[in-house]
Amino acid sequence: MQAVDADIRVTVDGREVRVPAGATAAVAIAVAGRAACRTSVTGSPRGPLCGMGICFECRATIDGRPHQRTCQTVCRPGMEIRTDEP
Amino acid sequence: MSRSAEYDVLIVGMGPAGIAAACAAAEGGRRTAIVDDNPAPGGQIWRGRLSEGDSPIFVPPPTNAARRCPVGAREPGQSPEDRQAAAWFRRLAAAGVECITGTQVVAQTDGNVLLAESGGVCRELAYDKLVLATGARESFVPFPGWTLPNVVGAGGLQALVTAGLPIAGKRVAVAGGGPLLFSVAAGLRQTGAKVILIAEQTCWSRLIRFGFALVRLAPGKLMLGLRYKWKLLGVPYRAGCWPVAAEGERQLERVTFRAGKKTWTEPCDYLACGFGLTPNTELPRLLGCRMEGGVVKVDPWQETSVPGVYCAGEPTGIGGVERALAEGQIAGHAAAGQPDRARRFFSTRARMRRFAGALNRAFALRDELRQLAAADTIVCRCEDVTRRQMASYTGWRPAKLHTRCGMGSCQGRVCGAAAQFLFGWEPDSVRPPIFPVSVQNLALRNDSWETDTGSGCCESI
Repeated sequence: MQAVDADIRVTVDGREVRVPAGATAAVAIAVAGRAACRTSVTGSPRGPLCGMGICFECRATIDGRPHQRTCQTVCRPGMEIRTDEP
Repeated sequence: MSRSAEYDVLIVGMGPAGIAAACAAAEGGRRTAIVDDNPAPGGQIWRGRLSEGDSPIFVPPPTNAARRCPVGAREPGQSPEDRQAAAWFRRLAAAGVECITGTQVVAQTDGNVLLAESGGVCRELAYDKLVLATGARESFVPFPGWTLPNVVGAGGLQALVTAGLPIAGKRVAVAGGGPLLFSVAAGLRQTGAKVILIAEQTCWSRLIRFGFALVRLAPGKLMLGLRYKWKLLGVPYRAGCWPVAAEGERQLERVTFRAGKKTWTEPCDYLACGFGLTPNTELPRLLGCRMEGGVVKVDPWQETSVPGVYCAGEPTGIGGVERALAEGQIAGHAAAGQPDRARRFFSTRARMRRFAGALNRAFALRDELRQLAAADTIVCRCEDVTRRQMASYTGWRPAKLHTRCGMGSCQGRVCGAAAQFLFGWEPDSVRPPIFPVSVQNLALRNDSWETDTGSGCCESI
């Protein structure tokens, strides 16, 4: 499918990545080469499961706000996404 | 907190049922609003099918100005589903419905007032009639390794790919049960994925019986299935086959499947698995709607046991798009006080309910799947509670109290259905807020929460 607008830039753990307009933060994390968005309470890596805002597995810190569901958050230019914070 | 204007009809959920209800109510002259957690309309089944030209007016709360097009709208698609979705989006736009996206309903604050949250800001939505069209989520059956990154829901992977996930060239196995596997696999292949296997847990004899039911009740669906099959030429489709383990170091690397007595392992980049659908009944239950057999009980007008509260689509029983559209229109017309218009959809609804019955019989989960999770397999992914830890309790409530299962961020939305399948536990009562919301926002409505402290499901984030 063709994106309506040009790519936009966001950072994932400090690294800049380009994603199509309309992409979610979960997509940006995958584009940055990370399968995991967070670490579980017993320390195992976790990535998106439901893709629709139900399971909360894809949580990450977005622009300083912790525990945001990355699958429900559409990327904005300059968005800072962190998977390495609790 | 700003108090919103009143709506004659408020609809929760912007999938087919909610859109149909909104159109019916608004076209009947009622002041109508529709609210949804997702950034764009369409629910799960019409996700990503909105094109710019068909956009309704969106009011992304709390403060942004109304705009014509939500983020993420695409070029118009050409499949029959795309055209069906586009026609409804155009109708929604023409009907003058206020569309509130990216907003989750978290609680009821007063008789006819819901509390909704978006981006950390709360807003009250006051209504005269309410239509709950909250849709469904995927059901998951735990198996060893199902918590590894890149083991994703079937609809989940579809949603991620729609949101821009690059999938071209990736080796993907699609597994679980139900017709969704077909459409997901076809969509993935179209976007360049290497679909290596579709593993359907049910057996061929049930599938064939379902095929006959399709001819009788929904021949269009049979054509749709054949079109998917055409798109999936060369992809092995195995019935009576399911995943038994997923393995990998930090993410998925390979999946072991079983079919009959045969067990084998396939290298995979993604495993897309879904074991049917679970209706989202948290909000109807919170509002006190009576349940029957795990679904919301409704009368012929789609009205629940709570007067003025209607329910349409998957929460009244898993049944697909056509059933959701019929129920949505009945609910919308009934909520608008126009029963004669509602009556026109009774025969379609009756036929699609029979179709739903055939669907649910055909894809009922087999008993062997209950044995997939090992003692140390995690069942509750939020709190990392294993099968062994949960199995020593007699029910959901004591297991929750002792192990914290179902008390994390998803509030049991994933492990609740799994525990029901594994242990036969009935779901617990629902308490507000039904989605995690910041303590700051809750504090704004402190008076209505005081009586419910210690609910345990109110995680502050």
